Amino acid sequence: MSRATHLDRLRERLVKEDRREPFLALSGSGQLGNGVLEKAFRAGLERRPHSIGADMGSVDPGPNYLGSGKMAASDTIARQDLALLLEGARAHDIPFLVGSAGTAGARPHLDHTLELVRAIARERGLHFRLASIAADMPRDVVKAAIRRGEVASIGAIGALTEADVDGASHLVGQMGIEAFQRALALGADVVIAGRACDTAVFSAIPAALGYPIGPAMHMAKIIECCSIACIPGGRDAALGTLDDHGFTMESMSPLRHATPLSVAAHSLYEQADPYTVSEPEGTLHVEAARYTALDAHRCRVEGAVWVPAARPSVKIEGATRVGERALLLAGCADPSAIARIKVILPEVEQVVRSIVAGDYRRYFRVYGIDGVVDWPMPPASPPREIFILGEVIADTADLAKAATTVLKQYLLHHGFPGRVSTAGNVAFPITPPEVQTGTAYRFSAYHVMQVDALEPLFPIVVEDV
Amino acid sequence: MKLVDCARVIRSKNAGPTTLTLDLMFEDDHRFRLAQASTSLTPEALALLYGVPASSVQVIAYAPAFAIKIVLPRKVIAGDPGDRDVYGAQQHGPLLGVEL
Repeated sequence: MSRATHLDRLRERLVKEDRREPFLALSGSGQLGNGVLEKAFRAGLERRPHSIGADMGSVDPGPNYLGSGKMAASDTIARQDLALLLEGARAHDIPFLVGSAGTAGARPHLDHTLELVRAIARERGLHFRLASIAADMPRDVVKAAIRRGEVASIGAIGALTEADVDGASHLVGQMGIEAFQRALALGADVVIAGRACDTAVFSAIPAALGYPIGPAMHMAKIIECCSIACIPGGRDAALGTLDDHGFTMESMSPLRHATPLSVAAHSLYEQADPYTVSEPEGTLHVEAARYTALDAHRCRVEGAVWVPAARPSVKIEGATRVGERALLLAGCADPSAIARIKVILPEVEQVVRSIVAGDYRRYFRVYGIDGVVDWPMPPASPPREIFILGEVIADTADLAKAATTVLKQYLLHHGFPGRVSTAGNVAFPITPPEVQTGTAYRFSAYHVMQVDALEPLFPIVVEDV
Repeated sequence: MKLVDCARVIRSKNAGPTTLTLDLMFEDDHRFRLAQASTSLTPEALALLYGVPASSVQVIAYAPAFAIKIVLPRKVIAGDPGDRDVYGAQQHGPLLGVEL
Protein backbone atom coordinates (compact mmCIF):
# COMPACT_ATOMS: atom_id res chain seq x y z
CA MET A 1 0.00 0.00 0.00
CA SER A 2 1.40 3.40 -0.87
CA ARG A 3 1.61 5.99 1.87
CA ALA A 4 -0.04 9.40 1.66
CA THR A 5 2.17 12.05 0.06
CA HIS A 6 2.99 15.36 1.72
CA LEU A 7 0.58 16.99 -0.72
CA ASP A 8 -2.24 14.64 0.41
CA ARG A 9 -1.52 15.27 4.07
CA LEU A 10 -1.22 19.03 3.70
CA ARG A 11 -4.42 19.13 1.68
CA GLU A 12 -6.21 17.31 4.48
CA ARG A 13 -4.82 19.68 7.13
CA LEU A 14 -5.15 22.99 5.32
CA VAL A 15 -7.86 22.86 2.69
CA LYS A 16 -11.33 23.39 4.19
CA GLU A 17 -14.61 23.39 2.35
CA ASP A 18 -14.89 27.17 2.00
CA ARG A 19 -11.31 28.35 2.54
CA ARG A 20 -7.68 27.38 3.08
CA GLU A 21 -5.83 27.68 6.38
CA PRO A 22 -2.69 29.85 6.23
CA PHE A 23 0.23 28.09 4.54
CA LEU A 24 3.64 28.71 6.14
CA ALA A 25 6.62 28.59 3.79
CA LEU A 26 10.07 28.82 5.36
CA SER A 27 12.95 30.03 3.22
CA GLY A 28 16.08 28.59 4.81
CA SER A 29 18.68 30.05 2.49
CA GLY A 30 18.92 32.21 -0.59
CA GLN A 31 22.30 30.64 -1.40
CA LEU A 32 22.62 27.28 0.27
CA GLY A 33 26.28 26.46 0.79
CA ASN A 34 27.34 29.97 1.71
CA GLY A 35 26.40 29.64 5.37
CA VAL A 36 22.90 29.46 6.90
CA LEU A 37 22.39 31.56 10.02
CA GLU A 38 21.28 28.86 12.47
CA LYS A 39 19.45 31.01 15.02
CA ALA A 40 16.99 32.46 12.51
CA PHE A 41 16.48 29.07 10.82
CA ARG A 42 15.65 27.48 14.20
CA ALA A 43 13.26 30.34 14.96
CA GLY A 44 11.56 29.52 11.66
CA LEU A 45 11.32 25.82 12.54
CA GLU A 46 9.62 26.77 15.82
CA ARG A 47 6.77 28.14 13.73
CA ARG A 48 6.19 24.64 12.30
CA PRO A 49 6.21 25.65 8.62
CA HIS A 50 4.44 23.49 6.03
CA SER A 51 7.42 23.55 3.68
CA ILE A 52 11.11 24.37 3.83
CA GLY A 53 12.86 25.58 0.73
CA ALA A 54 16.32 26.72 -0.22
CA ASP A 55 17.82 28.05 -3.39
CA MET A 56 21.34 26.80 -4.04
CA GLY A 57 22.35 28.40 -7.31
CA SER A 58 22.30 31.18 -9.84
CA VAL A 59 23.88 32.41 -13.08
CA ASP A 60 25.22 35.41 -11.12
CA PRO A 61 28.66 33.93 -10.29
CA GLY A 62 29.39 33.58 -14.01
CA PRO A 63 29.88 30.79 -16.55
CA ASN A 64 32.72 28.95 -14.82
CA TYR A 65 30.51 26.74 -12.65
CA LEU A 66 28.10 25.70 -15.37
CA GLY A 67 31.04 25.13 -17.72
CA SER A 68 33.27 23.17 -15.36
CA GLY A 69 30.57 21.26 -13.48
CA LYS A 70 32.04 22.49 -10.20
CA MET A 71 30.20 24.02 -7.27
CA ALA A 72 30.90 27.60 -6.18
CA ALA A 73 30.38 26.85 -2.49
CA SER A 74 32.91 24.90 -0.45
CA ASP A 75 32.02 21.28 0.30
CA THR A 76 32.36 21.92 4.03
CA ILE A 77 29.79 24.70 4.20
CA ALA A 78 27.45 23.14 1.63
CA ARG A 79 27.38 19.99 3.76
CA GLN A 80 26.91 21.97 6.97
CA ASP A 81 24.00 23.96 5.48
CA LEU A 82 22.33 20.90 3.95
CA ALA A 83 22.65 19.00 7.24
CA LEU A 84 21.05 21.81 9.24
CA LEU A 85 18.05 22.15 6.93
CA LEU A 86 17.67 18.44 6.27
CA GLU A 87 17.71 17.53 9.97
CA GLY A 88 15.26 20.32 10.79
CA ALA A 89 12.88 19.22 8.04
CA ARG A 90 13.05 15.52 8.91
CA ALA A 91 12.66 16.12 12.65
CA HIS A 92 9.21 17.57 11.99
CA ASP A 93 8.39 15.64 8.80
CA ILE A 94 8.27 18.81 6.70
CA PRO A 95 8.87 18.55 2.94
CA PHE A 96 12.26 20.03 2.01
CA LEU A 97 12.92 21.39 -1.48
CA VAL A 98 16.25 22.55 -2.91
CA GLY A 99 16.53 24.31 -6.26
CA SER A 100 19.55 24.81 -8.57
CA ALA A 101 21.64 22.20 -6.77
CA GLY A 102 25.38 22.75 -6.62
CA THR A 103 25.37 26.30 -8.09
CA ALA A 104 24.56 25.71 -11.76
CA GLY A 105 22.18 22.76 -11.52
CA ALA A 106 23.68 20.59 -14.29
CA ARG A 107 24.22 16.81 -13.95
CA PRO A 108 27.58 16.97 -12.08
CA HIS A 109 26.21 19.61 -9.67
CA LEU A 110 23.10 17.56 -9.02
CA ASP A 111 25.08 14.34 -8.51
CA HIS A 112 27.49 16.04 -6.13
CA THR A 113 24.66 17.55 -4.06
CA LEU A 114 22.91 14.16 -3.92
CA GLU A 115 26.14 12.58 -2.67
CA LEU A 116 26.30 15.18 0.11
CA VAL A 117 22.65 14.54 1.02
CA ARG A 118 23.12 10.74 1.12
CA ALA A 119 26.27 11.10 3.22
CA ILE A 120 24.46 13.33 5.73
CA ALA A 121 21.55 10.85 5.90
CA ARG A 122 23.94 7.94 6.55
CA GLU A 123 25.89 9.84 9.18
CA ARG A 124 22.84 10.98 11.10
CA GLY A 125 20.61 7.98 10.60
CA LEU A 126 17.97 9.91 8.61
CA HIS A 127 15.52 8.01 6.43
CA PHE A 128 13.36 9.61 3.77
CA ARG A 129 12.21 9.44 0.18
CA LEU A 130 14.60 11.47 -1.95
CA ALA A 131 13.59 12.72 -5.38
CA SER A 132 16.10 14.26 -7.74
CA ILE A 133 15.13 16.22 -10.83
CA ALA A 134 17.61 16.65 -13.67
CA ALA A 135 17.64 19.91 -15.64
CA ASP A 136 20.04 19.08 -18.48
CA MET A 137 18.41 19.92 -21.78
CA PRO A 138 18.48 17.19 -24.44
CA ARG A 139 20.54 18.76 -27.23
CA ASP A 140 18.45 17.32 -30.04
CA VAL A 141 15.33 18.91 -28.52
CA VAL A 142 17.00 22.34 -28.35
CA LYS A 143 18.37 22.04 -31.89
CA ALA A 144 14.94 21.07 -33.21
CA ALA A 145 13.47 24.10 -31.42
CA ILE A 146 16.11 26.34 -33.06
CA ARG A 147 15.13 24.99 -36.48
CA ARG A 148 11.47 25.73 -35.73
CA GLY A 149 12.33 29.30 -34.72
CA GLU A 150 11.23 28.68 -31.13
CA VAL A 151 14.37 29.86 -29.34
CA ALA A 152 14.84 33.58 -28.61
CA SER A 153 17.74 35.54 -27.07
CA ILE A 154 17.34 37.10 -23.64
CA GLY A 155 19.01 40.50 -23.74
CA ALA A 156 22.29 41.29 -25.48
CA ILE A 157 23.31 37.84 -26.76
CA GLY A 158 23.27 36.57 -30.33
CA ALA A 159 20.83 34.04 -31.73
CA LEU A 160 21.47 30.51 -30.49
CA THR A 161 23.00 28.23 -33.14
CA GLU A 162 23.11 24.47 -33.33
CA ALA A 163 26.91 24.76 -33.02
CA ASP A 164 26.44 26.62 -29.71
CA VAL A 165 24.26 23.78 -28.48
CA ASP A 166 26.83 21.14 -29.47
CA GLY A 167 29.74 23.19 -28.11
CA ALA A 168 28.34 23.81 -24.64
CA SER A 169 29.99 21.73 -21.95
CA HIS A 170 26.68 21.82 -20.05
CA LEU A 171 23.26 23.03 -21.11
CA VAL A 172 20.47 23.37 -18.55
CA GLY A 173 16.92 24.64 -18.42
CA GLN A 174 15.16 26.31 -15.50
CA MET A 175 12.35 24.11 -14.24
CA GLY A 176 9.17 25.55 -12.77
CA ILE A 177 6.55 24.37 -10.27
CA GLU A 178 5.43 21.50 -12.51
CA ALA A 179 8.57 19.43 -11.89
CA PHE A 180 8.51 19.90 -8.10
CA GLN A 181 4.83 18.98 -7.98
CA ARG A 182 5.52 15.78 -9.90
CA ALA A 183 8.29 14.86 -7.45
CA LEU A 184 5.99 15.47 -4.48
CA ALA A 185 3.24 13.38 -6.07
CA LEU A 186 5.75 10.49 -6.11
CA GLY A 187 5.87 10.70 -2.33
CA ALA A 188 9.12 12.65 -1.98
CA ASP A 189 10.08 14.03 1.44
CA VAL A 190 13.14 15.75 0.05
CA VAL A 191 13.47 17.13 -3.48
CA ILE A 192 16.89 18.05 -4.85
CA ALA A 193 16.45 19.78 -8.18
CA GLY A 194 18.90 20.77 -10.87
CA ARG A 195 18.56 24.25 -12.35
CA ALA A 196 15.23 25.67 -11.22
CA CYS A 197 13.40 28.97 -10.97
CA ASP A 198 13.99 30.39 -7.48
CA THR A 199 10.25 30.90 -7.13
CA ALA A 200 9.28 27.28 -7.91
CA VAL A 201 10.95 26.01 -4.73
CA PHE A 202 8.53 28.01 -2.57
CA SER A 203 5.37 28.15 -4.69
CA ALA A 204 5.09 24.58 -5.99
CA ILE A 205 3.39 23.16 -2.88
CA PRO A 206 0.85 25.94 -2.22
CA ALA A 207 0.03 26.08 -5.95
CA ALA A 208 -0.65 22.31 -5.89
CA LEU A 209 -2.97 22.80 -2.90
CA GLY A 210 -5.05 25.34 -4.76
CA TYR A 211 -3.83 28.57 -3.18
CA PRO A 212 -4.02 31.37 -5.75
CA ILE A 213 -0.85 31.23 -7.85
CA GLY A 214 -0.39 35.04 -8.10
CA PRO A 215 0.16 35.62 -4.37
CA ALA A 216 1.96 32.25 -4.01
CA MET A 217 4.43 33.20 -6.74
CA HIS A 218 4.83 36.73 -5.38
CA MET A 219 5.52 35.35 -1.92
CA ALA A 220 8.12 33.00 -3.40
CA LYS A 221 9.78 35.88 -5.22
CA ILE A 222 10.02 37.88 -1.98
CA ILE A 223 11.16 35.11 0.41
CA GLU A 224 13.60 33.34 -1.90
CA CYS A 225 16.44 35.71 -0.93
CA CYS A 226 15.50 35.31 2.75
CA SER A 227 15.75 38.61 4.63
CA ILE A 228 17.23 40.65 1.77
CA ALA A 229 13.76 42.20 1.33
CA CYS A 230 14.02 43.71 4.85
CA ILE A 231 15.53 46.80 6.46
CA PRO A 232 18.33 46.26 7.28
CA GLY A 233 18.71 43.47 4.72
CA GLY A 234 20.31 40.20 5.78
CA ARG A 235 20.62 36.52 5.08
CA ASP A 236 18.46 35.24 7.95
CA ALA A 237 15.65 32.80 7.19
CA ALA A 238 12.31 34.34 6.16
CA LEU A 239 8.76 33.07 6.61
CA GLY A 240 5.92 33.64 4.17
CA THR A 241 2.37 33.09 5.42
CA LEU A 242 0.00 32.60 2.49
CA ASP A 243 -3.79 32.57 2.41
CA ASP A 244 -6.51 32.87 -0.22
CA HIS A 245 -5.99 36.62 -0.65
CA GLY A 246 -2.31 37.40 -0.15
CA PHE A 247 0.70 36.77 2.03
CA THR A 248 2.69 38.13 4.94
CA MET A 249 6.47 38.51 4.79
CA GLU A 250 8.39 38.20 8.03
CA SER A 251 12.07 37.80 8.86
CA MET A 252 13.07 35.16 11.38
CA SER A 253 15.56 37.66 12.80
CA PRO A 254 14.00 40.24 15.12
CA LEU A 255 16.55 42.76 13.82
CA ARG A 256 15.29 42.70 10.23
CA HIS A 257 12.03 44.38 9.40
CA ALA A 258 9.86 43.72 6.37
CA THR A 259 8.35 47.14 5.63
CA PRO A 260 6.05 48.06 2.72
CA LEU A 261 8.93 50.01 1.16
CA SER A 262 11.56 47.29 1.65
CA VAL A 263 9.30 44.55 0.28
CA ALA A 264 8.08 46.64 -2.67
CA ALA A 265 11.69 47.57 -3.43
CA HIS A 266 12.61 43.87 -3.62
CA SER A 267 10.51 43.62 -6.79
CA LEU A 268 13.28 45.66 -8.44
CA TYR A 269 16.10 43.40 -7.33
CA GLU A 270 17.99 41.71 -10.19
CA GLN A 271 14.94 42.15 -12.42
CA ALA A 272 14.95 43.95 -15.76
CA ASP A 273 11.24 44.61 -15.36
CA PRO A 274 9.87 45.43 -11.89
CA TYR A 275 6.27 44.68 -12.88
CA THR A 276 6.45 41.17 -14.32
CA VAL A 277 8.27 37.91 -13.62
CA SER A 278 8.35 35.27 -16.36
CA GLU A 279 8.06 31.64 -15.31
CA PRO A 280 7.82 28.48 -17.44
CA GLU A 281 4.07 28.15 -16.81
CA GLY A 282 3.07 31.81 -17.02
CA THR A 283 3.80 35.37 -15.94
CA LEU A 284 3.46 37.02 -12.56
CA HIS A 285 2.17 40.60 -12.67
CA VAL A 286 2.83 42.67 -9.54
CA GLU A 287 1.71 46.05 -10.92
CA ALA A 288 -1.47 46.01 -8.83
CA ALA A 289 0.20 44.67 -5.66
CA ARG A 290 -0.48 46.58 -2.43
CA TYR A 291 1.97 46.55 0.46
CA THR A 292 0.78 47.34 4.00
CA ALA A 293 2.48 47.19 7.39
CA LEU A 294 0.92 44.66 9.80
CA ASP A 295 3.29 46.00 12.44
CA ALA A 296 6.89 47.30 12.50
CA HIS A 297 8.23 43.87 11.59
CA ARG A 298 5.78 42.30 9.14
CA CYS A 299 4.43 43.33 5.75
CA ARG A 300 1.19 42.15 4.17
CA VAL A 301 1.05 41.90 0.37
CA GLU A 302 -2.03 41.41 -1.81
CA GLY A 303 -2.96 41.94 -5.43
CA ALA A 304 -0.41 40.03 -7.54
CA VAL A 305 -1.95 38.43 -10.62
CA TRP A 306 -0.88 35.25 -12.41
CA VAL A 307 -1.45 34.90 -16.13
CA PRO A 308 -0.92 31.34 -17.39
CA ALA A 309 1.11 31.04 -20.59
CA ALA A 310 -0.60 29.83 -23.75
CA ARG A 311 2.45 27.63 -24.24
CA PRO A 312 5.15 26.81 -21.67
CA SER A 313 8.71 28.05 -22.11
CA VAL A 314 12.06 27.25 -20.55
CA LYS A 315 15.00 29.56 -19.96
CA ILE A 316 18.10 27.73 -21.12
CA GLU A 317 21.68 28.37 -20.02
CA GLY A 318 24.83 26.98 -21.56
CA ALA A 319 28.55 27.51 -21.01
CA THR A 320 31.37 26.78 -23.43
CA ARG A 321 35.13 26.48 -22.97
CA VAL A 322 37.05 29.43 -24.41
CA GLY A 323 40.58 28.34 -23.49
CA GLU A 324 43.08 28.32 -20.65
CA ARG A 325 43.45 31.45 -18.55
CA ALA A 326 46.50 33.03 -16.91
CA LEU A 327 46.75 36.37 -15.11
CA LEU A 328 49.54 38.84 -14.40
CA LEU A 329 49.12 40.89 -11.21
CA ALA A 330 51.17 44.09 -11.01
CA GLY A 331 50.96 47.49 -9.32
CA CYS A 332 52.52 50.84 -10.13
CA ALA A 333 53.11 54.07 -8.17
CA ASP A 334 55.30 55.90 -10.67
CA PRO A 335 53.58 59.08 -11.99
CA SER A 336 55.27 59.02 -15.41
CA ALA A 337 54.42 55.35 -15.98
CA ILE A 338 50.83 55.92 -14.79
CA ALA A 339 50.41 58.90 -17.12
CA ARG A 340 51.56 56.78 -20.05
CA ILE A 341 50.16 53.39 -19.11
CA LYS A 342 47.64 53.24 -21.96
CA VAL A 343 50.55 53.57 -24.40
CA ILE A 344 53.00 51.38 -22.49
CA LEU A 345 50.74 48.33 -22.36
CA PRO A 346 50.19 48.02 -26.13
CA GLU A 347 53.91 48.70 -26.72
CA VAL A 348 54.89 45.88 -24.38
CA GLU A 349 52.22 43.63 -25.86
CA GLN A 350 53.78 44.15 -29.28
CA VAL A 351 57.15 42.99 -27.96
CA VAL A 352 55.54 39.93 -26.35
CA ARG A 353 53.86 39.04 -29.65
CA SER A 354 57.27 39.18 -31.40
CA ILE A 355 58.60 36.60 -28.92
CA VAL A 356 55.61 34.38 -28.08
CA ALA A 357 54.00 33.01 -31.23
CA GLY A 358 50.58 31.41 -31.29
CA ASP A 359 46.96 32.28 -30.87
CA TYR A 360 46.14 34.04 -27.62
CA ARG A 361 43.98 36.95 -26.52
CA ARG A 362 45.00 39.54 -23.94
CA TYR A 363 42.71 41.79 -21.87
CA PHE A 364 44.12 44.49 -19.56
CA ARG A 365 42.24 46.13 -16.69
CA VAL A 366 44.00 49.11 -15.14
CA TYR A 367 42.53 49.68 -11.68
CA GLY A 368 42.58 53.35 -10.79
CA ILE A 369 41.67 54.18 -14.41
CA ASP A 370 39.20 51.71 -15.92
CA GLY A 371 39.51 48.42 -14.08
CA VAL A 372 35.91 48.31 -12.87
CA VAL A 373 33.89 50.48 -15.25
CA ASP A 374 34.49 50.96 -18.98
CA TRP A 375 34.24 54.74 -18.58
CA PRO A 376 33.69 56.65 -21.81
CA MET A 377 36.09 59.40 -20.50
CA PRO A 378 39.51 59.22 -18.78
CA PRO A 379 39.70 60.33 -15.11
CA ALA A 380 39.90 64.09 -14.38
CA SER A 381 43.18 63.66 -12.49
CA PRO A 382 45.61 60.71 -12.58
CA PRO A 383 45.49 58.30 -9.64
CA ARG A 384 48.40 57.96 -7.17
CA GLU A 385 48.66 54.24 -7.79
CA ILE A 386 47.29 51.80 -10.35
CA PHE A 387 46.90 48.06 -10.42
CA ILE A 388 47.25 46.15 -13.66
CA LEU A 389 45.47 42.88 -14.28
CA GLY A 390 46.66 41.25 -17.48
CA GLU A 391 44.40 38.38 -18.54
CA VAL A 392 45.40 35.90 -21.22
CA ILE A 393 43.21 33.30 -22.86
CA ALA A 394 45.10 30.71 -24.92
CA ASP A 395 44.43 27.26 -26.29
CA THR A 396 46.90 25.62 -23.94
CA ALA A 397 47.94 26.37 -20.37
CA ASP A 398 51.56 26.47 -21.47
CA LEU A 399 50.91 29.15 -24.08
CA ALA A 400 48.91 31.19 -21.54
CA LYS A 401 51.84 30.95 -19.13
CA ALA A 402 54.38 31.90 -21.82
CA ALA A 403 52.40 34.98 -22.84
CA THR A 404 52.12 36.03 -19.19
CA THR A 405 55.69 35.45 -18.02
CA VAL A 406 57.18 37.26 -21.02
CA LEU A 407 54.74 40.13 -20.45
CA LYS A 408 55.87 40.30 -16.84
CA GLN A 409 59.55 40.68 -17.72
CA TYR A 410 59.09 43.20 -20.55
CA LEU A 411 56.59 45.30 -18.60
CA LEU A 412 59.03 45.51 -15.71
CA HIS A 413 61.87 46.78 -17.88
CA HIS A 414 60.07 48.64 -20.68
CA GLY A 415 61.78 51.92 -21.59
CA PHE A 416 59.68 55.01 -22.34
CA PRO A 417 60.29 58.76 -22.66
CA GLY A 418 60.59 60.53 -19.30
CA ARG A 419 61.30 57.32 -17.37
CA VAL A 420 63.11 58.02 -14.06
CA SER A 421 62.56 54.72 -12.25
CA THR A 422 64.95 52.72 -14.42
CA ALA A 423 65.15 49.58 -12.22
CA GLY A 424 61.54 48.49 -12.76
CA ASN A 425 58.16 49.91 -13.81
CA VAL A 426 55.87 47.77 -11.70
CA ALA A 427 55.52 46.23 -8.24
CA PHE A 428 54.57 42.56 -7.95
CA PRO A 429 52.51 41.93 -4.83
CA ILE A 430 53.13 38.18 -4.76
CA THR A 431 55.47 35.61 -6.17
CA PRO A 432 54.93 34.19 -8.67
CA PRO A 433 53.09 37.24 -10.02
CA GLU A 434 51.50 35.18 -12.77
CA VAL A 435 48.59 32.97 -11.81
CA GLN A 436 47.11 30.14 -13.86
CA THR A 437 43.42 29.82 -13.17
CA GLY A 438 42.62 26.85 -15.39
CA THR A 439 39.98 26.51 -18.07
CA ALA A 440 37.91 29.60 -18.86
CA TYR A 441 34.28 29.48 -20.00
CA ARG A 442 31.73 31.88 -21.44
CA PHE A 443 27.95 31.83 -21.47
CA SER A 444 27.04 30.56 -24.91
CA ALA A 445 23.33 30.17 -24.21
CA TYR A 446 21.01 32.46 -22.32
CA HIS A 447 17.82 32.04 -24.27
CA VAL A 448 14.18 31.14 -23.90
CA MET A 449 12.76 28.10 -25.66
CA GLN A 450 9.08 27.47 -26.34
CA VAL A 451 8.08 23.89 -25.59
CA ASP A 452 5.00 21.72 -25.92
CA ALA A 453 5.42 19.98 -22.58
CA LEU A 454 7.70 20.57 -19.61
CA GLU A 455 7.53 17.08 -18.14
CA PRO A 456 9.85 15.22 -20.56
CA LEU A 457 12.59 17.84 -20.06
CA PHE A 458 12.89 17.36 -16.31
CA PRO A 459 13.06 13.62 -15.47
CA ILE A 460 12.72 12.49 -11.86
CA VAL A 461 14.50 9.70 -10.03
CA VAL A 462 13.17 8.55 -6.65
CA GLU A 463 15.15 6.61 -4.03
CA ASP A 464 14.51 5.69 -0.41
CA VAL A 465 17.49 6.52 1.77
CA MET B 1 21.05 69.08 -7.08
CA LYS B 2 23.26 66.04 -7.43
CA LEU B 3 21.55 62.67 -7.85
CA VAL B 4 23.77 61.27 -5.10
CA ASP B 5 22.36 63.87 -2.65
CA CYS B 6 18.76 63.19 -3.68
CA ALA B 7 18.66 59.38 -3.80
CA ARG B 8 18.73 56.99 -0.84
CA VAL B 9 20.03 54.07 -2.93
CA ILE B 10 21.99 54.04 -6.18
CA ARG B 11 22.86 50.45 -7.04
CA SER B 12 23.68 48.23 -9.99
CA LYS B 13 23.39 44.49 -10.62
CA ASN B 14 22.95 42.07 -13.47
CA ALA B 15 19.48 40.94 -14.40
CA GLY B 16 20.87 37.80 -16.01
CA PRO B 17 24.28 37.74 -17.74
CA THR B 18 23.26 39.93 -20.70
CA THR B 19 21.53 42.82 -18.93
CA LEU B 20 22.57 45.44 -16.41
CA THR B 21 20.01 47.06 -14.16
CA LEU B 22 20.52 50.22 -12.10
CA ASP B 23 18.09 51.07 -9.31
CA LEU B 24 17.61 54.58 -7.94
CA MET B 25 15.51 54.72 -4.79
CA PHE B 26 14.26 57.85 -3.09
CA GLU B 27 13.13 58.68 0.43
CA ASP B 28 9.75 60.11 -0.58
CA ASP B 29 7.42 60.85 -3.43
CA HIS B 30 8.71 64.44 -3.78
CA ARG B 31 12.31 63.42 -4.49
CA PHE B 32 11.15 60.54 -6.68
CA ARG B 33 9.11 62.96 -8.84
CA LEU B 34 12.00 65.43 -8.96
CA ALA B 35 14.33 62.76 -10.34
CA GLN B 36 11.67 61.39 -12.66
CA ALA B 37 11.26 64.84 -14.25
CA SER B 38 15.00 65.41 -14.74
CA THR B 39 16.43 65.54 -18.25
CA SER B 40 19.62 63.93 -16.88
CA LEU B 41 17.88 60.59 -16.49
CA THR B 42 16.47 60.19 -19.99
CA PRO B 43 17.57 57.23 -22.13
CA GLU B 44 19.57 59.70 -24.30
CA ALA B 45 21.49 61.18 -21.34
CA LEU B 46 22.15 57.76 -19.81
CA ALA B 47 23.30 56.38 -23.16
CA LEU B 48 26.04 59.04 -23.29
CA LEU B 49 27.04 58.32 -19.70
CA TYR B 50 27.46 54.58 -20.33
CA GLY B 51 28.56 54.62 -23.97
CA VAL B 52 25.65 52.56 -25.32
CA PRO B 53 22.98 53.38 -27.95
CA ALA B 54 19.99 55.34 -26.59
CA SER B 55 17.60 52.88 -28.21
CA SER B 56 18.97 50.15 -25.93
CA VAL B 57 18.30 52.05 -22.67
CA GLN B 58 15.04 51.70 -20.74
CA VAL B 59 13.99 53.93 -17.85
CA ILE B 60 11.13 52.52 -15.78
CA ALA B 61 9.50 54.38 -12.90
CA TYR B 62 8.34 52.17 -10.04
CA ALA B 63 6.17 54.31 -7.78
CA PRO B 64 5.41 51.69 -5.07
CA ALA B 65 9.05 51.90 -3.95
CA PHE B 66 9.73 55.55 -5.02
CA ALA B 67 12.21 54.04 -7.44
CA ILE B 68 13.52 54.43 -10.97
CA LYS B 69 14.97 51.47 -12.77
CA ILE B 70 17.45 51.87 -15.61
CA VAL B 71 18.03 48.85 -17.86
CA LEU B 72 21.06 48.64 -20.17
CA PRO B 73 22.56 45.88 -22.30
CA ARG B 74 25.87 44.63 -20.89
CA LYS B 75 28.68 45.49 -23.31
CA VAL B 76 30.40 42.22 -22.36
CA ILE B 77 28.35 39.17 -21.33
CA ALA B 78 28.97 38.42 -17.66
CA GLY B 79 32.11 36.35 -17.19
CA ASP B 80 33.32 36.54 -20.80
CA PRO B 81 37.09 37.06 -21.15
CA GLY B 82 37.80 40.75 -20.51
CA ASP B 83 34.73 41.31 -18.34
CA ARG B 84 35.26 43.87 -15.58
CA ASP B 85 32.36 43.11 -13.27
CA VAL B 86 30.83 39.62 -13.35
CA TYR B 87 27.93 40.49 -11.01
CA GLY B 88 27.55 44.01 -12.38
CA ALA B 89 27.49 45.28 -8.81
CA GLN B 90 29.84 48.27 -9.36
CA GLN B 91 28.45 49.89 -12.50
CA HIS B 92 26.71 52.71 -10.63
CA GLY B 93 29.86 54.88 -10.65
CA PRO B 94 28.94 57.03 -13.68
CA LEU B 95 25.61 57.93 -12.00
CA LEU B 96 27.31 59.43 -8.97
CA GLY B 97 28.35 62.53 -10.92
CA VAL B 98 24.90 63.21 -12.38
CA GLU B 99 23.31 66.64 -11.76
CA LEU B 100 19.52 66.47 -11.77
